[in-house]
Amino acid sequence: MKIAVVVRQVPDLIEPLEIDASGAALDLSSASFIVNESDDHALEQAILLKEAGGATVDVVALDFGDVDNTLYTAAAKGADRIFKVPLEGLPPPPRATAALLAEAIKPLAADLVLVGVQAHDELDGGVSPFLAAALGLPYVGVIRGVKAGPEPGMVTVCKEFPGAVMARMKVKLPAVLGILGADQPPRYVSVSRIRAAMKSTQFEERAVPTPPPEPLLSVCRLYPPVSGSRAEMLAGSEADVAARIAEILAEKGLVK
Amino acid sequence: MTTVQSGGGVELLEKLGNGPDGKPPLGCMQCGLCAGSCPLGTAMEFPPRKLILQASAGNLDKVLSSPSLWMCVACYTCSQRCPRGIELTDGLWPALRDAAMQQGFQPPTELQETFQNIFKYGNTLGKSARQRLDWAKDLDVRVLDLSKEPRPVEVLWLVGCYPSYYPRNQVVTRAFARILTELGTVWGVLGAKEKAIGECDRMFGEEGLFETLVEENRKLLDKQQFAKIVVLDPHAYRALQNFYPRFEAWYPVQHYTQFLAERLEQLKPLMVKPVAATVAYHDNCCLGRRCGCYDPPRSLLDLVPGLKRVEMANNRENALCCGGGGGGMWLDSHIVAHGGRRLSDDRVRQAAETGADTLVVSCPYELPRFEDAAKVTGLQGRLAVRDIIELLAESMDLGERSVA
Repeated sequence: MKIAVVVRQVPDLIEPLEIDASGAALDLSSASFIVNESDDHALEQAILLKEAGGATVDVVALDFGDVDNTLYTAAAKGADRIFKVPLEGLPPPPRATAALLAEAIKPLAADLVLVGVQAHDELDGGVSPFLAAALGLPYVGVIRGVKAGPEPGMVTVCKEFPGAVMARMKVKLPAVLGILGADQPPRYVSVSRIRAAMKSTQFEERAVPTPPPEPLLSVCRLYPPVSGSRAEMLAGSEADVAARIAEILAEKGLVK
Repeated sequence: MTTVQSGGGVELLEKLGNGPDGKPPLGCMQCGLCAGSCPLGTAMEFPPRKLILQASAGNLDKVLSSPSLWMCVACYTCSQRCPRGIELTDGLWPALRDAAMQQGFQPPTELQETFQNIFKYGNTLGKSARQRLDWAKDLDVRVLDLSKEPRPVEVLWLVGCYPSYYPRNQVVTRAFARILTELGTVWGVLGAKEKAIGECDRMFGEEGLFETLVEENRKLLDKQQFAKIVVLDPHAYRALQNFYPRFEAWYPVQHYTQFLAERLEQLKPLMVKPVAATVAYHDNCCLGRRCGCYDPPRSLLDLVPGLKRVEMANNRENALCCGGGGGGMWLDSHIVAHGGRRLSDDRVRQAAETGADTLVVSCPYELPRFEDAAKVTGLQGRLAVRDIIELLAESMDLGERSVA
């Protein structure tokens, strides 16, 4: 099985986010970037499938936001090949990002494309379904675990629905899966192994000619949430506070 | 650090003997003094003696996959007592942990997060580097940020991660800034550029991360002109003193107790306010058992008028460990889940038994550890936990009072 995994860099929320002079975008000039969490799970899932037998793992990333560290870590975890898509400036909105990634992924002829189901910088929709559409492949999202089989050319996935309902599905390949979580948390690789990967890994460049599609929506104004004053502060003894909490829960119909 | 292939236990032990960490573990005569002295030995599947036995019998995988590999909290008791002088704490444990990670065995998840924080952000707490100097906001003394205004200084103060970020520790950090200034020292810090020294990574076998930090810190330190480095963290002192030179990185360094104890005569007349407290000093393992620094902290406490100093049943080289060394700070849940206990709980009980109202520390990990332990053991309100710096600053009548 040939697996392609998408990893994206997103702004790291340990730094306070600032709005730029236009008032309609974040000031990313002093932001730092980390790997998108669900993409990290997509990579873990790919490595687990490889370890379970016979898969190859290609990682595709836009060249943006300290992505090299993330890619060396992916190599240290066991990715076979790493492709970087050159990018001028910031990544475009999701539809355009999906179009760029699709152009880079097509030549890989992957059986299975794994991509994080969400990222906290997605604005006009999620990259993962757009990517499936751009590749002309079927899509299943919100996946929590993938196994090869039961038949060749097929994977079995665990899909999460609202209300804690889980479904087990057989998916015919090729397909794109939007990963929420891998079968196990992303593994730790020691820095020695990352440093070794820095010395031994060559990235391949995938220049993509396609002009990105125009965004469907534009931002008029960006502003921090306005704090309201509807919180009820509970005071008194522990017993009074506990009694009031029980009352509130009953009022809201949360307990009977 | 020595790395080995699976099964190569003897090879690993032999290589260790040729390394900088003392005599070969193969010289072990299986006397068991290490395992018997280890505060967590009874909970370990492989305490030091068994660890050497299994590794030398070629059963390395057994050792590397055991949760007990991640239970040593670097108290140094085994190393200090070993009649063959085998360096278990600094040598054997980190090497085995490194070997485990090289072979894909996962360290406990809470430790993974700490390593990733250090790798990504340069600090153990996963905070923004830009907030590293937040402790100095609105401080009544000038803090010279040498990364912005380089100039020759007497003391380059490497503040450390907990002292920079953790609110309880920031009280001590601010007090130390005031003491340095009161002493007329020309001092500066590295502000947002400062990074973790990395002792906890090295002790936990994350040798690659440690090497990365040594490289980064060298670049920073070599740009500065200073007579000496002063640190609040005994682990940083130990790393700069003993592990950095292995990478040709030599810097004169003192723990703050050593720096201040050289200035007793200057400090003495500055102690203007009596502090009514009965205190028991906790010898932290790194400064005490490892580096033999027992008297400087006590000599500082003896300067404070009104202070009565008592000793705990286990003191100096027999002091009990707080359980936070060498990465143990982040491993309480792992240790408890595998049959161990929080050693800091034992220590606060012992402090209370002396009749002391204050447990005094000189390591940044110990304020949060012992304050938590006092809460857990029901001693909160009866036993305060304070750093030596806080007591000195109070007696010197320097600014804010501690939150204790």
